[in-house]
Amino acid sequence: MEFKDYYAVLGVERDATQDEIKRAYRKLARKYHPDVSKEADADARFKELGEAYEVLKDPEKRLAYDQVGRGQRAGQDFRPPPDWDTGFEFRGGGYTQEGYSREDSAAFSDFFESLFGQRRGFGSTGFGSTGFGSDGFTHGESDGARYRTRGASVRGEDHHAKVAIALEDAYRGAARTLTLQSGEIDEQGRLRSRHRTLKVRIPKGVKQGQRIRLSGQGEPGLGGGPAGDLYLEIEFEPHQRYQVEGRDVTVKLPVAPWEAALGATVTVPMPEGSVEMKIPPDSQSGRRLRLKGRGIPGQPPGDCYVTLEVVLPSAKRDDVKAAYRQLAAVAGFNPRADAENGS
Amino acid sequence: MTIHDLTEMPVDNLDETPVLTLGELCRACTVHAEWIIELVDEGIIEPSGRRREQWRFYGASLHRVKVVKRLQRDLGVNLAGAALALELMDEVARLRQRVGES
Repeated sequence: MEFKDYYAVLGVERDATQDEIKRAYRKLARKYHPDVSKEADADARFKELGEAYEVLKDPEKRLAYDQVGRGQRAGQDFRPPPDWDTGFEFRGGGYTQEGYSREDSAAFSDFFESLFGQRRGFGSTGFGSTGFGSDGFTHGESDGARYRTRGASVRGEDHHAKVAIALEDAYRGAARTLTLQSGEIDEQGRLRSRHRTLKVRIPKGVKQGQRIRLSGQGEPGLGGGPAGDLYLEIEFEPHQRYQVEGRDVTVKLPVAPWEAALGATVTVPMPEGSVEMKIPPDSQSGRRLRLKGRGIPGQPPGDCYVTLEVVLPSAKRDDVKAAYRQLAAVAGFNPRADAENGS
Repeated sequence: MTIHDLTEMPVDNLDETPVLTLGELCRACTVHAEWIIELVDEGIIEPSGRRREQWRFYGASLHRVKVVKRLQRDLGVNLAGAALALELMDEVARLRQRVGES
């Protein structure tokens, strides 16, 4: 197990005051909060911060950590000495932060666990962890209240998961197989994980970020209580050609200069098959044309916006070069006329 | 491994029409109703229906409630601050989408 330098994680000196520690944590937490941050490693950094702060904000845990950590460096192999914690009494179990669920605290490192973890008990938090699967999504959150009442009938927890689909699936609907994992306490009181593999239908016309619900497909209830519900959040896999906003889809369409200038009927490849579209004469690059109702299906369906992108043929060949020269001579065209007139 | 085939099962589309009741939203987010009511008062989520028993929420509210819960817990922001953060995050998401780096 690696020793973790919580002071380095928060970027404070070992003799920092509690106020300095709090300030450092708040500042870094804002920077790396997964809901706000765009940093690639935000999730990992944020967990590390939470763990470091969990220890250093609590004077008693901090003192214990300081004693154990004397002379240790980050990354060094580490075993807590036997009975190192004699004389300490960690109030409120391992995790003091209010509102932290078992799921969150489970993310803390083995190093943390070995010092302040499980054997000191989770207090009344109980167990109950949820959700992830095989299709490139994972997310779960729960507070695990379901194990606290013995014998009574308790409704199962709701289960949350993300499902990634292609834009094409939103046009047609799709079936997805996902594996959900949940925690379960067996007769001996041990935590066991249980897997459930479900095949679910993603209805046609879903939007990015949309949620759907399958009633009664969450955690089973206890003592005859009803099962929880399964909530799925739909995520679109990023697509090179399409951009999606709500049900509207934008696609870039490369066109030749003469197609834009003279008008043309072209084939636009779309998620549900190609569509014939008329380019009006005298179109410029960047012009947006609307294909009404060709976005993601629904009530009402979205529109598809086609952005023209004029692409010039290469002038490496002599005959093409000659044609460009001829156009230059005939058109008498100065694209910077406005700029040169000072407007 | 057994695969439970649920493809024939009805799917509630939570963003087409508001369907979530106050109770369902509380349960799904593991929060108290009083706190949800505060969020409604702050304008962070908007139910349809006038009386609380008639309130129905869109699925998007689930996301907003959870984000506010995390912001409050992790960063200590109050509800007005969380509301502001959510609005700015929505704006950033829209702008990112527009420049095509979503």
